[in-house]
Amino acid sequence: MKQAFELTVNGGHVRVETHPDTSLLHVLREELDLKGSRFGCGVGLCGACFVQLDGQVVASCDTPIWSAAGKTVVTVEGLAPGDELHPVQRAFLDEQAAQCGYCISGILVSAATLLARNPAPDEQAVVEALDRNLCRCGVQRRVVRAVLAAAEVTE
Amino acid sequence: MTELPADLAANPVLARWVTVHPDDSIDVRVGKVELGQGILTALSQLAADELGVDLHQVRMVPANTRLGPDEGMTAGSLSIMRSGPAVRAACAQVRARFTAEAARRWGVEGVTVRQGTISAGERTTSYGALADAVDLEVVADPALPLTSGDGPVFTGTDSPRLDLPDKIAGRPRFIHDLRLPGQLFGRVLRPPSPGASLRHLDTSRLADTNVKVVRDGSFIGVVGPDEAEVMRAVEALRGATAWEEHDALPDEDDLPGFLRAGPHETIEVVPGEQPPPAGRSLRATYNRPFIAHASMAPSCGVARWNDDGTLAVWSHSQGIHNLRGAIALLLRMDEDRIEVEHAESAGCYGHNAADDAAFDAVLLARSVPGRPVHVQWSRPDELAWSPFGSAMSVDVAAVVDESGAVRSWEYDVWSQGHTSRPGYGGAPGLLAGAYLDRPWRYPAPVDPPLAGGAGTVRNAVPIYDLPHRRVTGHRLLETSIRSSAVRSLGAFMNVFAIESFMDELALSAGIDPLAYRLMHLTDPRGRKVLETAAKAAGWGTPVAEGAGRGIGFARYKDKGAYCAVVADVEAESEVRVRRLTIAVDVGLVVNPDGVRNQIEGGATQATSWTLKERVRFDRRRITSDTWETYPILRFSEAPETSVELVEGPGVPSVGAGEAAQGPTAAAIANAVAMAVGVRVRDLPLTTDAIVAAIESSDG
Repeated sequence: MKQAFELTVNGGHVRVETHPDTSLLHVLREELDLKGSRFGCGVGLCGACFVQLDGQVVASCDTPIWSAAGKTVVTVEGLAPGDELHPVQRAFLDEQAAQCGYCISGILVSAATLLARNPAPDEQAVVEALDRNLCRCGVQRRVVRAVLAAAEVTE
Repeated sequence: MTELPADLAANPVLARWVTVHPDDSIDVRVGKVELGQGILTALSQLAADELGVDLHQVRMVPANTRLGPDEGMTAGSLSIMRSGPAVRAACAQVRARFTAEAARRWGVEGVTVRQGTISAGERTTSYGALADAVDLEVVADPALPLTSGDGPVFTGTDSPRLDLPDKIAGRPRFIHDLRLPGQLFGRVLRPPSPGASLRHLDTSRLADTNVKVVRDGSFIGVVGPDEAEVMRAVEALRGATAWEEHDALPDEDDLPGFLRAGPHETIEVVPGEQPPPAGRSLRATYNRPFIAHASMAPSCGVARWNDDGTLAVWSHSQGIHNLRGAIALLLRMDEDRIEVEHAESAGCYGHNAADDAAFDAVLLARSVPGRPVHVQWSRPDELAWSPFGSAMSVDVAAVVDESGAVRSWEYDVWSQGHTSRPGYGGAPGLLAGAYLDRPWRYPAPVDPPLAGGAGTVRNAVPIYDLPHRRVTGHRLLETSIRSSAVRSLGAFMNVFAIESFMDELALSAGIDPLAYRLMHLTDPRGRKVLETAAKAAGWGTPVAEGAGRGIGFARYKDKGAYCAVVADVEAESEVRVRRLTIAVDVGLVVNPDGVRNQIEGGATQATSWTLKERVRFDRRRITSDTWETYPILRFSEAPETSVELVEGPGVPSVGAGEAAQGPTAAAIANAVAMAVGVRVRDLPLTTDAIVAAIESSDG
């Protein structure tokens, strides 16, 4: 049975009508047409769908919409206002820190969340913040370099 | 008269490759596809240089069976080698036609093109201005030069990837994001085990839902407008089916026994020349398990049956023409009535389930003519039903003289075949085809021919100058596990075995492993790559207690890229690879950062295979179908990597995508042997495997 849910996504107020068990990821991708969060596993084990929910990094694929109601969601599209890029996104472009790019949205969300809390992380802190994100192409070290470079810019 | 590059000769009409628009934009179509490796960026650099335009003027168009050239598969690290010369020559021909038109109009000679401006003296024009006057529906002229002869502007530079701005901004880019007018969503309910057949299906639970159930034999799928509802419907159906299952899988704890039991095809790679000479003899056996692609995205396909009976398919296949042929074969239709277009997905490391997902979409879309159906696999299906890289087992024996030098070398490798790609061996190869009401019985996986790079015996012949060699492959002819191409095919295992054994021989002779390799190697490019990696890694400097340093080296496919890897590891409670120092020679480098990215990524992925990966199964079902049961390398485990490019001047480009796989595994294993003092010959190099090796050496 469909129900109405209200939440804030990337700074805007949204209202969706859907089954309460529908995942936040599905709502973002299909109802709100925000395709940046990717489906990887559906059970929160890979990080491709990571978003911020009230400032915490969560797997949107196994977050039912009922549990996100009334909360604030930030996706990769909302890390910076409008068409701007967040410093960590600019650093990823500078470092060419991607191959296929499928895991990158979730990694950017993890990285931006880290930098918001700790503007000057050391390498160990970056690695720990990203350890729930999987990458199969093997760009982990480029990603770590990019996050450290972004930290230097934002400091 | 020159010979056209093979891919241009096979697709000689220039309009297949290039379209010039009046607004000055230029579409370039190639048969190679973007798999996350950056090939379209590298080819755009070559195209822009030949056309004499800026990069932003060139648009790389996704491959399409109807519109673009057929360049076969995007596989085998061949794209830059095959497509590069063809794109260059096609673009050089286009440029020549445009400059000829300008010359004709102006009545002059010596027309040049710089940064998109076509000029002679004071007169200038552009590609767009002449677009309507120049006919590209003509065949390439072998009398024209293969390149424009201008110096490279973009070739050899770190041109940034064309696709990354979208991917880093989170814009729709992947096939998963594709939404066509009227599109529906589909999901497939796969059987519980590969040998299962459907006995009973109860659809009554879906009575009140807005989905349609499709059944053909043991193939079941659901189609509907709401993807979330379709996913719930598949889960509801899972509990409403009855299957007949059999114990058909091999014993996972005795894969060498399974691989060696036969029957086999014998592949004589190097026939035994003479009986081995007398001397000290050493032998060893190496094994690896099945491994999974484990791509970050589940496979996905989209299909639409048009009103006129033609079929449109979108797929992240490595070979859209082969996919088209396989669909035509299974559905008994004329392949000219099928159009397949490539759409990007997550990283592809070989023959994964892309083609299978496309065919799933074709089958489900048949129930809703005129409507596109978008099918996405689940993570468990992706890990359990994509083809696997075959388990392999190797025996190697050598006789050495009193100096420790190799006097004879005997090598046997057992494996399943390394390809079951669509169209190979005359079979369509698409997964669902084996479960239809009229099923296609698929043959055991085969190997590409020796001249085509081989499979089981890829890189089975050492690069070293060894006398009295015999190298034999044994391909298993009966199996219940679907194996196919995974990055580097048999080369990963063969290089791991050869390079581990070279280390064993060196240590047995009391010779430094690098010196031992150089003692057996005359190939100058190979020596330079080995020496470069060793120097960059500080080879010969002290290594701490509990740590190890090892080297691995090969020339991929005997004629591709040279790659040497030095691994620095720590082995206490578990193996940690701290640093990989790599040297590579890929001939002429088109995009240095692109090569580095491929080599770093390949080495990191190979580290994951080497330390962690193993497909798990019982006698009936694949059980490693989550990221918990099939763990891969994490950020905290990824080694620091550095790549030295050793460029051979004037040497044609070869691919970089697979060169690091085998050398990385061997370097890590050799470093582990140094760190723990015991040789571990079975992959993956888990704590359990190391403990087992220590215990057996004590015994």
